[in-house]
Amino acid sequence: MATGIKTVGVAGSGTMGAGIAIVAARAGFTTFVYDTREEALSRARKQTEGFFAKSVERGKLSPDQVAGILSRLTGATDIGAMSACDIVIEAVFEDIKVKHGLLAQLDKVCPPHTLFASNTSTLSITEIAAGSGRDDRVVGMHFCLPAQLMKLVEMSPGLKSSEQTFQTAWDFCRAMGQTPVKTKDSPGFILNYFLIPFNNDAIRLVEAGVAAPADIDRAIKTGLGYPMGPLELLDLVGLDTHLLVAEALYASTHDPRAAVPALVKRMIAAGHIGRKTGRGFYTYQGSTMFGG
Amino acid sequence: MKNERRAFILKWETEMKYQIVRAGESRSFSEDHQLVAGAKDSGEIVVIIGANAGNAFRKLGATVQKAAVLIELGAECLGAHTGEARGEEGSNVLGFARFRLGSSEPSNLVELVRQPRTADTAVDAAKQALESAGLQVAICSDFAGRIIDRLVRPYYNAALTRLDEGLASAADLDMTLRLGLGYPEGPIELLERTGLADHYDATQVLFEAYADAAYAPARRARVAKLRQELNRQDAKKSKSKN
Repeated sequence: MATGIKTVGVAGSGTMGAGIAIVAARAGFTTFVYDTREEALSRARKQTEGFFAKSVERGKLSPDQVAGILSRLTGATDIGAMSACDIVIEAVFEDIKVKHGLLAQLDKVCPPHTLFASNTSTLSITEIAAGSGRDDRVVGMHFCLPAQLMKLVEMSPGLKSSEQTFQTAWDFCRAMGQTPVKTKDSPGFILNYFLIPFNNDAIRLVEAGVAAPADIDRAIKTGLGYPMGPLELLDLVGLDTHLLVAEALYASTHDPRAAVPALVKRMIAAGHIGRKTGRGFYTYQGSTMFGG
Repeated sequence: MKNERRAFILKWETEMKYQIVRAGESRSFSEDHQLVAGAKDSGEIVVIIGANAGNAFRKLGATVQKAAVLIELGAECLGAHTGEARGEEGSNVLGFARFRLGSSEPSNLVELVRQPRTADTAVDAAKQALESAGLQVAICSDFAGRIIDRLVRPYYNAALTRLDEGLASAADLDMTLRLGLGYPEGPIELLERTGLADHYDATQVLFEAYADAAYAPARRARVAKLRQELNRQDAKKSKSKN
């Protein structure tokens, strides 16, 4: 499974970018994290150090191992740092123009052999690749949240991705200790294609007065054995994030089930976004959830 | 009102009993289930179980003095047995069904159906009777598909359709949903285990109720249903020949 990949770039140091960087560095790859915002890099570094401190506390890693991992992780506000990378995984805002702008810059600084991977959850890999200047060397690599804990990666070739590109990225994914699954380049891939409409349907049941959130969640958890009910999950993710992803999916599919229910916008307007605002479908105080 | 409910709960904890009325084979409870085993000969709560529970309810006569009357439902709405009245319907009568997928064992979840004016004390009594037998209860309004079928049937249809369209292999679809969302089973393996023809039956009822394309049985479910019918016809023919 020799991929030839030794140095990894991660563009974007938000929650996903920071998690992906942890996965790469933990697997032994020299990893550069690029972000134009110094404060975002500092925040990601702190979160990363906090994550590894817990790994030491729980006995999963030794302090020496953590020191080694952190020594392989470098933040950079200069895109020039990406020139050393054999693969760059972009995890920037879900906007095709933003991604095209980034990939065009990366194409200028990276050597021809560098592969580009996109962590997009809803946009087309083929469309993203079209703005890269190297559309045969672009592949979809959608990590699950939180990337540093979840093994699954949805991998999608674009229409012009070469077989070699896909295979190298696939082998690299496995070398990082992840579990890749191959999906078509299709809106939402597998997870979001099924999850977003399912969650919207649950919101519509609340909206129509079919059942209270706690009853819906209890039914789904007890009846089907799911670890979380859809409304608990939406509170955790945040309705603002759900709105963005659902609107992107709806724009690509025009599936009525992907259309965001009116209740979501009303709740966002009222500040009932979920755990982060203390109220969503449930009310929260600290880490305690009420209304269950 | 709060005091009334508190007094009611106290009464339940000290003395309330339930009786079981059998009306055919029950999809929810076998004879050895704790709910059936814990029943008395008579009680303030009447639980009617079996495929003909609605008929048995109509033959039961006056039940207004009971704390609650529970009718086991199939795919039908509770209103089919109680009648409806301009959104003002509701009494001490509730519907229920223990959720199960096709031929699999029943889950521990009971969907308890109330109407707009169902008495809260009746809901409390029903809930406590069911919970005393170790069941979890989710309360819902009187709509076809209740909670779980309303949510999962479109998801199962979509999974079958996307499998046909080559989004991913069946194994990868299942693994993605297990690993990505922590579901105990992926949709394809689950439908294979519990019966694609059964999924057809469940989702066809919802399609007829809501005329929503999301409930229209997916091609693989239609094929499985047709195959089941053809096999039945073949078996019948061969039996009549012999």
